[in-house]
Amino acid sequence: MEKTPYIVESDGVMKVRTCAWSPPGDHPVGCGLILTVKDNKLVKVEGDPDNPVTQGRLCPRCVALDEVMYHPDRLLSPMVRDRADRGKDAWRKISWDEAYDLIEAKVREIWKDYGSEAIFTITGTGRESTLYAPVYGPAVLNTPNGSSTQPFSGQACYGPRATITNFLLGAGIPEIDWAQYYEDRYDHPGYQVPKYIVVWGKDPLYSSPDGFFGHSIIDLMKRGSKIITIDPRLTWLGAHAEYHLQLRPGTDAAVGMGLCNVIIQEDLYDHDFVENWCYGFDEFAEACREWTPERVEEVSWVPADTLRAAARAFATNAPSTATWGVALDQSKQSTQAGQCFLALVAICGYIDVPGGIAVMNTESFIGKWRYDMVNTLPDELATKRVVDPDGKYALFNTGSVLGGIQGDTLLDWLEGQFADREGYYKLRMCWMLGSNLLACEAAQSKRWYEAMKDLDFVVAQDIFMTPSIMGLADVVLPLSTFAEHEGLVTPNYGRNQHFIGAMNEAIRNDNTKSDLEILIDMGKRLKPEMWEGIEGPDDFFDKLLRESYGYGLDEVKGVPAKMSGYEYYKYKTGKLRRDGEPGFETVTGKVELYSPVLESYGESPVPYYREPTYSPLSQPELAEEYPLVYTTGGRNIAMFHSEHRQIPSLRAINPDPLVTINPATAARFGIADGDWVLVETPFGSCRQRAHLTNEVNERLIHLQHGWWFPERNGEAPELYGAFDSNPNNLMPHEDVGVTGYGAPYKNGICKISRTEAPVQA
Amino acid sequence: MSYGMLINYEYCTGCHSCEVSCRKEKGLAQDEWGIKLQQIGPEKLGGKWEWDYLPVPSSLCDRCAGRIEEGKKPLCQLHCLAHAIEVLPVEKLGARMAQLAGTKTACFVK
Repeated sequence: MEKTPYIVESDGVMKVRTCAWSPPGDHPVGCGLILTVKDNKLVKVEGDPDNPVTQGRLCPRCVALDEVMYHPDRLLSPMVRDRADRGKDAWRKISWDEAYDLIEAKVREIWKDYGSEAIFTITGTGRESTLYAPVYGPAVLNTPNGSSTQPFSGQACYGPRATITNFLLGAGIPEIDWAQYYEDRYDHPGYQVPKYIVVWGKDPLYSSPDGFFGHSIIDLMKRGSKIITIDPRLTWLGAHAEYHLQLRPGTDAAVGMGLCNVIIQEDLYDHDFVENWCYGFDEFAEACREWTPERVEEVSWVPADTLRAAARAFATNAPSTATWGVALDQSKQSTQAGQCFLALVAICGYIDVPGGIAVMNTESFIGKWRYDMVNTLPDELATKRVVDPDGKYALFNTGSVLGGIQGDTLLDWLEGQFADREGYYKLRMCWMLGSNLLACEAAQSKRWYEAMKDLDFVVAQDIFMTPSIMGLADVVLPLSTFAEHEGLVTPNYGRNQHFIGAMNEAIRNDNTKSDLEILIDMGKRLKPEMWEGIEGPDDFFDKLLRESYGYGLDEVKGVPAKMSGYEYYKYKTGKLRRDGEPGFETVTGKVELYSPVLESYGESPVPYYREPTYSPLSQPELAEEYPLVYTTGGRNIAMFHSEHRQIPSLRAINPDPLVTINPATAARFGIADGDWVLVETPFGSCRQRAHLTNEVNERLIHLQHGWWFPERNGEAPELYGAFDSNPNNLMPHEDVGVTGYGAPYKNGICKISRTEAPVQA
Repeated sequence: MSYGMLINYEYCTGCHSCEVSCRKEKGLAQDEWGIKLQQIGPEKLGGKWEWDYLPVPSSLCDRCAGRIEEGKKPLCQLHCLAHAIEVLPVEKLGARMAQLAGTKTACFVK
């Protein structure tokens, strides 16, 4: 790609090319932007037509960037409040130096009084902070409890998929081959359009997750791809699919084994790939044998004929491909669902082929850097990491890709449940990095609030005040938006990176800093030996790029996106393994349909199906009181998880939290469109507004997640209504898989009734 | 030159980018719009799911005459995630419609 300047200036107006990440929230898709800047103010956002991936296209969140940057509630100064005032709007503005001095002094005090392991960090999902948060622990705070800890039950986002892929495939996160690696995209010589795309537990049109530009599926549909959806909801893609498998949430493993079983029993699988490159086919086939389409229909609601037809279409139309979403993480059976997904694409021979599943090495570039940094902690500190004292989650605690503390264990630990156990110590300080846990991640979030509100010291950083910061923090640092700082976009967080994109500072904002700037600043204060020779972000990126790729930052800044290129059939050429031998970087050197690693951790080596703990089949008596199944977390394009609720153009698209109900179900319960609805389970309740539609069947409702209300009272106990419409109230704590991964965010049973609208403050 | 707007709503996924882009380009108030999404479904028609979005331009839409003069695409067209919007000189609409025959395509000429 020809190099061109990323800033063009004429008549005092600057046009700055950049790639979007966050904040405001987004995953590392790196959509190409041209920002028009006059007098250091953003005056216009346009898509960059020269960006090979997004080609000028933008979703409303970037288009409304000015409303984020210049919002009257934007945090523009570090603030502090007395510990006694937690929950109160009693913030005082301080300078950056004062904030840094205060944090440094507190950290040193905790190091001295309690040991550095008494500090932990938590992080959110998808934002740029996910890249840097794991490094705050080892390279700033000197704690083993500072890796990638998401305050989720069952680490139920990305971690389960990344870890199962690591074990079974020995690769970074697999994604469909949407010609994402090439500048000439779909016209690239040798590229093939997939004939079928399975979209499983994912609504990529509205979520564009982890680096996948969701509307590339539309590009592929225009080029002939047909769609198979596996989703409890009828999504837009589902309505336009050749086959829509509308499963009961949480039955993914049964459906997955059913699909594989049809393909095996009807001898539609790729014999060459299975014989040469897969391990444990016979045991896998045996495990799937009982899952006939008719048996699958009994538990999953998916008609046997639809399942059979979809399996045949997928297996007999090479190349086809598949993509999996967070829904597979958000059930107790995340491991088994993941096994099925990977087996399905493996036995059909679709891995690492044109138009199939694209895989890359596990660790690259910044991804590798952060793992290297995590591994710098000396053993005597690393062994003090918070783990469950019974060793229940041995796989998570020793084999987790993203590290961190298992979320359920962390809550139990904070609540003092292990206080009488050997090795227990009290956690004293938390640094919250891009997590709004009370509104978004935490299951049973009131328990998390109670468990964290008396910590000695809490630091947070964000672009807006959130319920979690208002409820828990003592110091808040204001972050710069992606238009105000230097950064690099690395799709899939470096675990399958189809390009590197430059995030170029277009507007100088001296009041705010990026997650990386704060990391380097505080690192130099607290662990200077880790940061020798690094002056700032540009220097840091340049050094890492040269080490990894032999070119510098200028190369990336000089183009709309630095494309990675892709080689197919790497498993034949030895390019997937560190030793250069053919095969996969797994224990057996093959794709594991039977996993010795899982077996060694006390989990079944082949998939199996168990009913969700709370389902109409597992709890028929309880289901008489709670007759509906609920699912949660489907995305709306105007908002990134708990963000964007205060942005006028975006809130107007989705003004209220919506519970999706089938019109026939609503009629049964006397609920009209727009009514406020109380949703109750044995664990709690929440209230959302009825949206009547056929997107769900008569047995299911769907709740939106991440809702809080910046316009309501922020002070405790209201905390902007964070507990009012939160579907995480509905779910249990610690109903997780054997591995410690996977929790039922998206499947449970409930009852619904009409209720009153919330009272506005 | 007079321009028309052609929408291949076979692929419109209802992302609202056109609405927000238009409001920004034209400096419209929050309660005004130069283009607005309409929705059909999801309903089963003839045994198959029908679920369509169609953005409809209002009288405030001038097809981004200024941008076209500068050689740029109208902002809704540039940002449309599904590449479903095309703004063309009216005399070219017929030929393009013929190419798209058999797909769900709508044309606005005012």
